[in-house]
Amino acid sequence: MEIPYTVEARPDTGLPNAKLGIWLFLASEVMLFGALFSSYILLRVSAPVWPHGYEELSVPLATFNTVVLITSSVTMVMAWAQLKLHNLGGARRYLWATVGLALVFMVVKMFEYGEHFSHGEYPSESTFLAIYFTLTGLHGLHVLGGIIVNGYLAGPGAAMWRTEPERYTNRVEVSGLYWHFVDLVWIFLFPALYLL
Amino acid sequence: MSATGHEDIRHHIKTYIGVFVALMVLTAVTVGVSYVHLAVGLAVTVAMIVATVKGSLVAAYFMHLKSEKPAIYWILILTVVLWLHLMLIPLLSYLNSFHIPESR
Repeated sequence: MEIPYTVEARPDTGLPNAKLGIWLFLASEVMLFGALFSSYILLRVSAPVWPHGYEELSVPLATFNTVVLITSSVTMVMAWAQLKLHNLGGARRYLWATVGLALVFMVVKMFEYGEHFSHGEYPSESTFLAIYFTLTGLHGLHVLGGIIVNGYLAGPGAAMWRTEPERYTNRVEVSGLYWHFVDLVWIFLFPALYLL
Repeated sequence: MSATGHEDIRHHIKTYIGVFVALMVLTAVTVGVSYVHLAVGLAVTVAMIVATVKGSLVAAYFMHLKSEKPAIYWILILTVVLWLHLMLIPLLSYLNSFHIPESR
């Protein structure tokens, strides 16, 4: 069965279906992370004591991770740009770079978590740690999902370029939208958790 | 959708690099300001304003929102409105006792 509107725009929306679909999904993700953010705000405002993020967490590590994730957003959009220039090799390299940077982010996060655990700082220890691990943990799972999807597109998924190049380009674009959103969430999480 | 000409894409690429530099600068600003240890309310405001600027750059240029179709804009506007409600609804719990305890 042929999937409709993978390349041409649907007349009523003016968009290919996947692009509309991913934006709707991102809207739901805004509500998901927004709900957790709102929980964080309320927990903090109503708590008798609450530590500053920089007292409990490593600002240098998180700053490094912020740079890593922003760079991965650049490599992701460059991958799409290369496909628009019909340069598959360049696009795949940029996709692998995105995956690589995402893996670096995860390794740093794992190290951070390990450091906390080795000091007995588990989510059960305080409300601060509970919301910290929840927010960054959920975000980390989203990074993992991006690694899997982008890895597929960089690897076996690239075979689609030979038969349906525009559809493949749209796939990369749509995955890029998801990836930029993951970066966006971190851009808010970083100051909210680490710097305030 | 957006331009497929090679010159247009090269112009896009220049924009991406420019946005990347801006994001790096703003990240440095975010971290730098946190060392000043402003009063809580001011610190939160500044941090969120900088984060919003960074997020807007990512949304407008990396996610191509600047040149997107109305359908997307309407979805996002609706999302923002609903998200604001989501953030504000829990405050209803303070209606009976308008006392938010002081934090440290």
